[in-house]
Amino acid sequence: MLKFKNISVRTILYIFLLMHTVVVIYPIFLMTTTAFKTNKEIFTNPYGFPSKFNYGNFVKVFDVSRYDLYFRNSFIVTVSSIVLILFLSSLAAYILAKYKFIGNKFIYLYFLAGIMIPIKLGTINIVQIMNWLHLFDNLFSLIIIYTVMGLPIGIFILTDFIKMISEELSNAARIDGCSDYGIFLRIIIPLLKPALAAVAIVNILPIWNDFWFPLILIRSDNLKTVPLATATLFGQYETQWGMVFAALTIASLPLIIFYLIISKQFIKGLSEGSFKG
Amino acid sequence: MKENKRLRSIIIIFLAPAFILYTWFLVIPILNSIRLSFYKSELFKAVKFVGLANYIKLFTQPPFNERLLGAFLNNLKFFIILGIVQNVIALILAIILTRKYRGFEFFRTIYFFPTTLSVVIVGFLFNLMLNPTWGLLDKILRAIGLGFLVKPWLGVPLTALPMIAIIGAWQYIGIPLILFTAGINGINKEIFEAARVDGVSPIGLTKHIILPLLKPVIGIVLILTFIGNFTQFDFIYAMATTLGNPNYSTDVFGTFFYRTTFGRGGGAFNPDIGLGAAIATIMFLIIIIVVFIWLLAFKRKEEV
Repeated sequence: MLKFKNISVRTILYIFLLMHTVVVIYPIFLMTTTAFKTNKEIFTNPYGFPSKFNYGNFVKVFDVSRYDLYFRNSFIVTVSSIVLILFLSSLAAYILAKYKFIGNKFIYLYFLAGIMIPIKLGTINIVQIMNWLHLFDNLFSLIIIYTVMGLPIGIFILTDFIKMISEELSNAARIDGCSDYGIFLRIIIPLLKPALAAVAIVNILPIWNDFWFPLILIRSDNLKTVPLATATLFGQYETQWGMVFAALTIASLPLIIFYLIISKQFIKGLSEGSFKG
Repeated sequence: MKENKRLRSIIIIFLAPAFILYTWFLVIPILNSIRLSFYKSELFKAVKFVGLANYIKLFTQPPFNERLLGAFLNNLKFFIILGIVQNVIALILAIILTRKYRGFEFFRTIYFFPTTLSVVIVGFLFNLMLNPTWGLLDKILRAIGLGFLVKPWLGVPLTALPMIAIIGAWQYIGIPLILFTAGINGINKEIFEAARVDGVSPIGLTKHIILPLLKPVIGIVLILTFIGNFTQFDFIYAMATTLGNPNYSTDVFGTFFYRTTFGRGGGAFNPDIGLGAAIATIMFLIIIIVVFIWLLAFKRKEEV
């Protein structure tokens, strides 16, 4: 890397970075602090910390809505989809990477096309299929959709990774009488851990934050995911500012905490995962 | 023989679950949506083959033709503004942050932060912040002597869409930042060393070394931005409703498709899945054409 000996250039860079930090952080700061203000204080003292922390808005949000359920739903859907993506795409990727057969390349490209083609475009028929399966207004419909949404990138990353795993280990195991299933479970899967982490990380945000499919497929309040429930609440209580800010804070806080805890692995996983894409 | 049979069964058992799910819930729905676009529909069912009637309606009959053109132009504007703002800032930040200075890790962590939030939540947050009743931005602008910029940003057709696109860039900047950083870190260190010895300026370095070597990464970022943007719905929903307020000036394919297909959000016509399917098919064609151009432009030398 080029290094600037000149201190003043470095100072300018720091100032630029700090300014951008303010641009990034201030809206989040504003959201959180406003949630603790009374409706009056929101207008008299909009910018800084509240004069005293007032939890009334949060109490109101929990009075009219069930964020415990919404978080449970988002959690069930995200975790189930990611487990399914990891399981199904590692199975498929193992075959595509290690077995030669007619159509191998075609099936690989067939899956890869899904990276570029948004599943949203099939929404109309997805609604019809979910109706037919009696899965409309059911969390299973979301789990299926998100699994399918994550398969292409999962298969892409994992196939690439498995190809780099040396043949020798598998061959040795095969000579010792290990079956294909045994090789997959005992040799490939343990070596695959970093790639599996990357696949999970690339998929977690689009699934947790998705708004479109819950909006289309979920009706019951007790099945809503966090983004859909927040949108509903926003629509109903738009004029009660303090309460809306409290709801936005509640909805984003767990993800903020989660990100701050694992941000290092998160950014590493994303660079490795999406860089190959 | 036995060996072949064993191989075939393992290939089928391992591949089938992913293949069936992917085909059933992604490939077939998209193909079926194309098929449905040639049908007249009632109550979420296709009832009669009508050929190109849905397309003719979309392209020639008001208000559909106005909405279709409007959605296309708005998507294009959204893509251009978001693409430029997001990628230029991300590139500058990435070039700065790949220097090994103290605390730069911290800045990168912070900058990725908005990308983790849900789009609707960010949309609602800025919706409130830009609300003239609260006047938050207005007061800040007046305080720093930019009082002439005070206006209801989301309430005026001229500024609503650019504003939403800039907020989109605010949220999504983390992705290109990470990709550009990884790309620059992947460039051979000796090249930088040689440039430094030759006394190349930072701007020259960026122009002649970083940008050309980063071309594939920029290509990936652009195509991902394009696809994300041509199916964009959440931002418009949260900041301008499914009607693309004010006066359809922020209406995009996503909201137009939603109104037409599901009829919610105060549309002036009944839900029509045939017409909705035709809109989805047009979106599909646009994306396919652009992906194809991208493959030709950016991936020519690489093996697929």
